[in-house]
Amino acid sequence: MSRATSSLPRTVAAHAVLIAYTVIALFPVLVIVINSFKSRGAIFRTPLALPGPQTFDLIGYATVLSQGNFPLYFWNSLVVTVVSLFLVLLFGAMAAFALSEYRFRGNTLMGLYLALGIMIPIRLGTVAILQLMVASGLVNTLTALILVYTAQGLPLAIFILSEFMKLVSADLKDAGRIDGLSEYTIFFRLVLPLVRPSMATVAVFTMIPIWNDLWFPLILAPAENTKTVTLGAQLFLGQFVTNWNAVLAALSLAILPVLILYLIFSRQLIRGITSGAVK
Amino acid sequence: MGSLKIENVKKSFGPVDVLKGIDLDVSDGEFVVFVGPSGCGKSTLLRVIAGLEDASSGRVLIDGDDVSTTPPAKRGIAMVFQTYALYPHLTVKNNMGLGLKQAATPAAEIDRRISAASAMLSLEPYLARRPAELSGGQRQRVAIGRAVVREPKLFLFDEPLSNLDAALRVNTRIEIAQLHRRLKATMVYVTHDQVEAMTLADKIVVLNAGRIEQIGAPMELYNSPANEFVAGFIGSPKMNFIDGARLGESVKTIGIRPEHLTVDTKKGAWKGTVVHVEHLGADTNLYLDCEQAGLITVRLFGAFEAAPDAMLYVTPTPGKTYRFGEDGKALT
Repeated sequence: MSRATSSLPRTVAAHAVLIAYTVIALFPVLVIVINSFKSRGAIFRTPLALPGPQTFDLIGYATVLSQGNFPLYFWNSLVVTVVSLFLVLLFGAMAAFALSEYRFRGNTLMGLYLALGIMIPIRLGTVAILQLMVASGLVNTLTALILVYTAQGLPLAIFILSEFMKLVSADLKDAGRIDGLSEYTIFFRLVLPLVRPSMATVAVFTMIPIWNDLWFPLILAPAENTKTVTLGAQLFLGQFVTNWNAVLAALSLAILPVLILYLIFSRQLIRGITSGAVK
Repeated sequence: MGSLKIENVKKSFGPVDVLKGIDLDVSDGEFVVFVGPSGCGKSTLLRVIAGLEDASSGRVLIDGDDVSTTPPAKRGIAMVFQTYALYPHLTVKNNMGLGLKQAATPAAEIDRRISAASAMLSLEPYLARRPAELSGGQRQRVAIGRAVVREPKLFLFDEPLSNLDAALRVNTRIEIAQLHRRLKATMVYVTHDQVEAMTLADKIVVLNAGRIEQIGAPMELYNSPANEFVAGFIGSPKMNFIDGARLGESVKTIGIRPEHLTVDTKKGAWKGTVVHVEHLGADTNLYLDCEQAGLITVRLFGAFEAAPDAMLYVTPTPGKTYRFGEDGKALT
């Protein structure tokens, strides 16, 4: 950092604000993780203390792994998230390419229509969606969840990606056309690699709500073999007794896969930014 | 072979008419430059020839075949873009070879053409690099090489020098001129820079507001412009236009090029005060406010010392004035 643009008080203040924000954001996660390693009594006596030799207890993890069918729940969550994510990115990018690249009647209207979903929560249509799924026999299947999440993720994906695709050099696409590349090749080989950072952004924004969702698994796929992790963790939340050890352990485990996915995408994001401008 | 014929091509984007009926004949081996101010439709016309835009009406013929409905890749053309438009994920060699590969050319033939083109453009040391590892001038040479290997009937250049710095622009301009001489191919070149137009063209097409103002050899446009627009556009500094009535002439406008004026400290046709002096080394540009003629530019060869507000007399060179009528057309 050059001396002309930095001063000690300003640097300290900026870091203080950032550190305060980080602490606030990470505090609940930290409490969940440390308490998941403690005995039941210790969770209530000293909720903020780190697990010590007396209080350390893996009973929560033992319960999670013995009761219910958590590996299956994890698998279900992962399948739903990854497949939905793939479909959202594929269809979102294709729609965004069409909207940004081709002039056709109703282009702007179509763009607005596709972006409308950002403002209208999909949960308002729950009853209709449930009726639809019952009628098509998709209740208690992962397909039902994947369809709903794909619909839920598309508006934001199209909105963000079409803005980025407008920035891709028109000359590059034209050069491809003159060299005889098909529109599909231009899309997959020339345009997609250049909008990869924005794809990663969209992936992160799309993935987290899907992984964390409780609403649609509860309504559309509550059967034992289609439960997701968030729904599975409800097993330990009773009306009168709650097995906090198990709940906290299940939540701690649920953080892991989404953290790994996030790390993969954020690496892409950083690589995209540092690889330099298009020109 | 590579002749081009454009018949009454019109193009509108919604209510905006960008091309208002263009007719043009380009014979085999000719270097044609489209020149005009930004927004005059020159790039759109090039894109219509390339097939990247469909004409609203009219026909484009390459070698006598109507290509109006032929996709760009099948027209036998190659195009060089202002922003280079190289494929960022491919090496220089693959950038040049992609078009041929798409056309299912045998690998040996692709290699032969790439090595010929890269020798011609001195790109051999860079064949394995990616575009990100090249400088601007090298990238544009690769883009030209990508056009050369296709051995097209028609080369299309869309402001290829605009993104290069001044020194590189001159070098690349010379390379393009040599390329034309060596390949004897038909080339269509778009630019807003009249210096590029004058130095490269066999034939210049001056466009303005979607219409052709004049077609002719560079010196023809300089010596006998058809109208005020062409007269003002070709030549630098711009031609002086003086209201005919102020000089007691019967025509609407009198035009005199800055290089066709002489100055003297004692006597001359018009008396004026110096507003500003630009020393360019080889030339000096004087801006004078004359009593009769108004604000005029004079281009003098060599150095000339003049202080602002000094008094000078200006005389037009006999026989080098242009006369324009009410409609802007040149009168003879």
